[in-house]
Amino acid sequence: MEETPIPEIRVHPIRNGTVIDHITAGQALNVLNILNIPNPSSGVVSIIINAPSVHGIKDVVKIEGRELNVEEVDRISLIAPKATINIIRNFEVSGKTHVHIPEKVSGVVKCINPNCISNSNEPVTSRFTVKPDGRKITLRCSYCERTISEDIGNHLL
Amino acid sequence: MTFKDLHIISMKSFSRDMIDHILDTAEKLEPIASSKSKSDLLKGKVLAVMFFEPSTRTRMSFETAMMRLGGDVLSLGSVDASSIAKGETLADTIRVVEGYSNAIVLRHNKEGAAQLASEFSSVPIINAGDGAGHHPTQTFLDLYTIRRESHLDGLKIALAGDLKYGRTVHSLCYALSLYGAEITLVSPKELRMPAEIIDDLKSHNIKVRETDSIEEAISDVDVLYATRIQKERFPDPAEYRKVANSLQITPELLEKAKPELKVMHPLPRTNEIDPRVDGTPHACYFRQSFYGVPVRMALLALVMGALK
Ligand SMILES: [Zn+2]
Repeated sequence: MEETPIPEIRVHPIRNGTVIDHITAGQALNVLNILNIPNPSSGVVSIIINAPSVHGIKDVVKIEGRELNVEEVDRISLIAPKATINIIRNFEVSGKTHVHIPEKVSGVVKCINPNCISNSNEPVTSRFTVKPDGRKITLRCSYCERTISEDIGNHLL
Repeated sequence: MTFKDLHIISMKSFSRDMIDHILDTAEKLEPIASSKSKSDLLKGKVLAVMFFEPSTRTRMSFETAMMRLGGDVLSLGSVDASSIAKGETLADTIRVVEGYSNAIVLRHNKEGAAQLASEFSSVPIINAGDGAGHHPTQTFLDLYTIRRESHLDGLKIALAGDLKYGRTVHSLCYALSLYGAEITLVSPKELRMPAEIIDDLKSHNIKVRETDSIEEAISDVDVLYATRIQKERFPDPAEYRKVANSLQITPELLEKAKPELKVMHPLPRTNEIDPRVDGTPHACYFRQSFYGVPVRMALLALVMGALK
């Protein structure tokens, strides 16, 4: 018996803005957190959680009237390394990029080691080297060398 | 290869060539360390020694090394009495002290402190231990001891005791992996070497085996490196006594060892080594502690640019 194909997008198309697709399932709310959403000027935001796709389930976030900057995309890559960023202009996809996983991130994640010098009142920002590891990402603290690979979303600054 | 102005933070930034050069330099300086000759190699240079937590031996070893080379030592007094107690950041303290000195030895209770210090200092930082993090000069002196008392190439070594929390054995393992050693890990199950370190060693093609019996490990190794087992790791004092006794090194146990076996220990020891071992040819832990001086002399002379 043939299954009915599942419609890919369940909310209405947007005129201008960004569709972040293929977000690791469960990470949509962390993506919003990175983008400082909701806030009063954030415009209409739609979220799809646990949408079926060819590679299993995924989350999707659609933001009207906003295009993301490089830094925001770098941050998203840490919790959703397979995400794609679709820029929509006048109902058309005008650009589609995969997130880029940076080699280092600064001031994005807090070290999980309570005894790490970066968690004291020193004039430094946290800094990690990023290691892609299959579908996962490992962060290594540049100060204490402790690694974070689980629940990176919970340690975002 | 230049060591001038190099920060010494972690063993991971040293290649085998660099380590060999440091050990060769230490060997040249050893007669000065034992006061058989004098040197003014570091005359006019100042070493700032900043210990935010006490470690008398490491401090004395650095101070001796600097003095034997004719240099001066500037000590940060006790932490309570200094501005640190008033809430000054380490970054600020470093930026002040670098103006007084040609190199800074730092010991701190927080992990990553030496790395942070190096980002604020124009003079070389030497990490003398940061929390549960690195203590590279201990590893250099361990390697020097192995080279002087036994041999580094084709070494068979057993590491016994607290392999879980013992940071010195972690960096020693990493360094030994550069020399293709065969490593036997001896520990109670509560204090086994972390799996990621064992994986790391295996990925360097190092033969690693684990056991909880020191008797089984001792018969074919060249070096037995014992570490201190801390009572506070065990909630049950009876459990601690059982473990401490099962890993104790005694003259009877050493009868099963090769005659040339060397027993090492970073000191201070509690009861890992029976004092009756001290008089045997196997004991080399007191010389090991002395070797800290030529090794630290070499590091100081190299990072201050007095030797190449
Ligand atoms: Zn850290």
